[in-house]
Amino acid sequence: MSGTDLSAIESELVTDISAASDLAAIEAVRISALGRKGRVPELMSRLGKMPAEERKSFGAAVNQLRDRVTAALETRKAALEGEAMAQRLASERADVTLPVRPGPVAEGRIHPISQVFDEIAEIFADMGFAIAEGPDIETDDLNFTKLNIPPEHPARQMHDTFYLKSPERIAKGEAPMLLRTHTSPVQVRTMLSQKPPIRIIVPGRVYRMDSDATHTPMFHQIEGLVIDESTHFGHLKWCLEEFCKAFFEVDEVRMRFRASHFPFTEPSAEVDVGAEAIGKPGKWLEILGCGMVHPKVIEMCGLDPEKYQGWAFGMGLDRIAMLKYGIPDLRDMFNADLRWLRHYGFSSLDVPTLAGGMSS
Amino acid sequence: MKFTLSWLKDHLDTSASLADIRRMLDQIGLEVEGIEDPSEKLGLFTIARVLEAKQHPQADRLRVLQVEIEPGKPSVEVVCGAPNARAGLVGVFAPLGAYIPGTGITLEKKPVRGVVSNGMMLSEREMELSEDHAGIVDLDAKMADSVGKRYVDVLGLSDPVIEIKLTPNRPDCTGVRGVARDLAAAGLGVLNPQKSLVAVEGTFDCPVEIKLEFPGGDTTACPCFAGRYIKGIKNGPAPAWLQARLKAIGQKPINAVVDVTNYISVDQGRPLHVYDADKLVGAIRARLSKTGESFLGLNGKTYTTDDAMCVIADDRAVLGFGGILGGEDTGSTETTTNILIECAYFDPVRTAATGRKAGVQTDARYRFERGVDPAYIEPGLDLATRMMLDVAGGQPSKRKIAGEPPVKPFTVDFEFGRVEKLMGIRITDAEIRRTLEALGFLIEGSGPKFKVTAPSWRPDIHGPADLVEEVARIAGLESIPSAPLPRLTGGVTRATLTEGQRRVRRARRSLAARGFVEAVTWSFIKQNEAEHFGGGAEALQLANPISSEMTTMRPGLLPGLLAAVQRNHNRGFGDISLFEVGQAYRGDGEKDQMMAAAGVRAGATGLGGSGRHWDGAAQSAGVFDVKADAVALLAALGIDTSKAQITRDAPAWYHPGRSGTLRLGPKVVLAHFGEIHPATLKLMDVPGTAAAFEVFLDALPRDKRKSRAKPPLAASDLLPVTRDFAFVVEKGVAAGDVVKAAQGADKTLISSVSVFDVFEGSSLGPGQKSLAIEVTLSPAEKTLTDEEIDAVSQKVISEVKRTTGGEIRG
Repeated sequence: MSGTDLSAIESELVTDISAASDLAAIEAVRISALGRKGRVPELMSRLGKMPAEERKSFGAAVNQLRDRVTAALETRKAALEGEAMAQRLASERADVTLPVRPGPVAEGRIHPISQVFDEIAEIFADMGFAIAEGPDIETDDLNFTKLNIPPEHPARQMHDTFYLKSPERIAKGEAPMLLRTHTSPVQVRTMLSQKPPIRIIVPGRVYRMDSDATHTPMFHQIEGLVIDESTHFGHLKWCLEEFCKAFFEVDEVRMRFRASHFPFTEPSAEVDVGAEAIGKPGKWLEILGCGMVHPKVIEMCGLDPEKYQGWAFGMGLDRIAMLKYGIPDLRDMFNADLRWLRHYGFSSLDVPTLAGGMSS
Repeated sequence: MKFTLSWLKDHLDTSASLADIRRMLDQIGLEVEGIEDPSEKLGLFTIARVLEAKQHPQADRLRVLQVEIEPGKPSVEVVCGAPNARAGLVGVFAPLGAYIPGTGITLEKKPVRGVVSNGMMLSEREMELSEDHAGIVDLDAKMADSVGKRYVDVLGLSDPVIEIKLTPNRPDCTGVRGVARDLAAAGLGVLNPQKSLVAVEGTFDCPVEIKLEFPGGDTTACPCFAGRYIKGIKNGPAPAWLQARLKAIGQKPINAVVDVTNYISVDQGRPLHVYDADKLVGAIRARLSKTGESFLGLNGKTYTTDDAMCVIADDRAVLGFGGILGGEDTGSTETTTNILIECAYFDPVRTAATGRKAGVQTDARYRFERGVDPAYIEPGLDLATRMMLDVAGGQPSKRKIAGEPPVKPFTVDFEFGRVEKLMGIRITDAEIRRTLEALGFLIEGSGPKFKVTAPSWRPDIHGPADLVEEVARIAGLESIPSAPLPRLTGGVTRATLTEGQRRVRRARRSLAARGFVEAVTWSFIKQNEAEHFGGGAEALQLANPISSEMTTMRPGLLPGLLAAVQRNHNRGFGDISLFEVGQAYRGDGEKDQMMAAAGVRAGATGLGGSGRHWDGAAQSAGVFDVKADAVALLAALGIDTSKAQITRDAPAWYHPGRSGTLRLGPKVVLAHFGEIHPATLKLMDVPGTAAAFEVFLDALPRDKRKSRAKPPLAASDLLPVTRDFAFVVEKGVAAGDVVKAAQGADKTLISSVSVFDVFEGSSLGPGQKSLAIEVTLSPAEKTLTDEEIDAVSQKVISEVKRTTGGEIRG
């Protein structure tokens, strides 16, 4: 057999390889060329019948032929695989402009009141304040009497305070229960049950018979109480200044302490914050009331007013949430309007931390 | 409490600016509500004289005036409709471009029926000085000298009006005198001495008998009633200065003697009343009313009195409320000739209670309910007499006083060091002394404990803390240096939340992370809704609800959430996931309040989203959506729900067949979940369907972990093996029981059992269903042989059959 025959076979195979139009065809060509009964093994089988001197050169030529055919097959196969993949990918094309669902984390919301409470708790935790809580349905004694609010005080009247019908208590000659008008009864509960030093903040729902643009019959307060043997008004000022800076997330805050009057503190003050803290320079915003705990309150709560002293402050949680986050109307807080909640609410991932900041 | 700057300066010699006064009032606790300077709105108006008034050529009721607005300058033409417009009238002129406060109009140059008006002659109403609009202002002809000058300057109206918001503890500052005293103490000027009075000595006894008629002699309601009779007065309008003072602070002048009482009320914080003595029958007395008496008040309203109210009465009838409101029938008028002045002390508490009950607020009540100065009864009466003689003449009687002024000097033992201890600021003893004395306190003794006696006008002083407050507010709370609060623990802040508080926080964020939107709804709901949701007991009903929508404390959170769903539905939102974490009330005791977390999914909404979508619309939220929510929430709160039992006894507001309760043992209810009963939806007016869950946070077992370290991971190198089984069981058999039976077949080898198919079909026979489970075997020590696997499988089959009657499907 001559070299010419070999090259004819090779060119025939190469033509077949180039002509193969898909992976099945190339596989058929491979079998016909290299398969057990293919052309190349058939050539090799002739070797045994050849004279030794011819065998050597023929063998080498067939081996080269096989290598070239194999390479051609691989190349063609790779090209066909590439085409096939391109075709499949083309057929798998998606309209990537189709909208996707946002997912639950994006849709869920935390109410501004909860968010702001978490912020406040975080700040006061750093100053060592625990959170104390108490019931909404309170006794007259804890809501008023022990806070030095005498029976004739206007706050105790039916037009300010919600009373419960309390038929059994009234039948026993007791005062009816009421809805706490402030979170201060929790101060009393804490002092009655805990030895100083005391550092607490008290968040919660409170109730007053008001209903207009800036008042709702239910709202939220947060108050703080510190009792020990030496804490004084300077500490109160510092604590509130630090709170305001941390809460409004500003480096400096203007604050104004104006003398005022509350039955349960003496001296008492109202506190204003410079409205530049919320980006409205020039004005003062009244944000809280505070003062040194009245010695009578300390005494009525079972502590010695000669030994212990302390201070307290209280503010509207809803109000400071409105100030910080630009919420215009208190009433919307309790309306559960989805549009409002989605707009003013917070993501579950917006967890206020000291390291990461109050609002993210 | 309103006063003008010049009125303040009657009592306070000061050169302080208005801004400084305002700042100081705020500092010392007399919060400024507002300062109104009339010159701001009236500053453009000038005195002008009408030179000529001619009939308007085209309008019967209009006149065309030639008005002199500046001396010697040509007059301007003004069209005027006032009936009193006439030549020679001196009035008030508003130029073009001026804003007229009473009408809200800015003057423009435009013809009035063909004649151009170059300004306007003003009435008092147009300047908002009074309601008088009968004609234009008609000043004294002598004012013609002032033509061209500003009206506010000529009339003394450029006097800023200061309004302060008084706290209830400061009766002394219901009078300008008290305000001036505070400012002087704060260093803003010098308190002028009280004007000395020409002593009033009556020449005859007061002919009207004055009595305190309190059976049993308890005169607390009115311990002192001083009076004086003046005969032969000539009552008419008060002098202009007095009227101007009252007008400036928004009071309407009545007549000379009444205006005097109003003046003294504001000037000294001492209310008075004047009776027309000729209209009194017999003696006048303070007494408690009998229930059902009534009188016509000076304000034109009739009041019915009761036996808790202190009234003033003559022999015939109740005349008025003591310390609040006089009666119309015995009041003075311009024709009154003989008067009785009342200067009394009424109990603050009773005055406040009466006023509230009767719903009447007056300047007298404002003062008496704070507690007027009991030592100023006779001086007040004398001042009133003097001023009335000055403005109305007449002859005064001697004073007649029933009872005693309730002056009870109150002395406090006071160490000056207390100021520093409480306030954290060092104020010198000399300054403390100066402040207290300037406020009228009397300091005796040599210290360190001084005897400090409060002035009679300060009933709010009860102890050392009150004195500290006086010193601190006068020094200014601003001056107190801030002092860092020492750390309690010294080092890094420790966690402060209780386990319950942590759970509340985590519950909120877990639910929000499942796509729920947090609502905060009212603690009180409608009575019928409370009843429907298992509440509504009388003990939880408000005695004085603000509306019929808010009568009863909520027994749970679902009524509020469903009501919110309904409202959102009305706004066009049908597919909603709302939650609330908050309190509910089982009773009125403190232990009856519980924390719950509840969520409602209404319409087509689920974990994946809500509403229609090209990739598949959300299904109507059903029992398994909310079961997943409840279980996920419990898991987030550290509860292993695989240990919980699920029972079919959710409360009646759930669909009876599509709801359940998660329990730990027979007593602890962790949660309810399920679709909302159609009747409940109807009651709450919620269209469509809804499903909900309630998790009871207070019921969850406490975290008992002792260490934060987690147990070692028991991960075997051996591959787990799974085997599938399909059982045919009766429809009523709970899948949970089949799973439990399978798990029980080999507790060490079987690591999990899941349900992967539920099928009901006629091929299974009536009342049957097929449950397919996948059992995972996790060998720990060696690979299982086929024989071992078969053995476990047989145990699974027999255990399921034994406990549920289920047959393995061939």
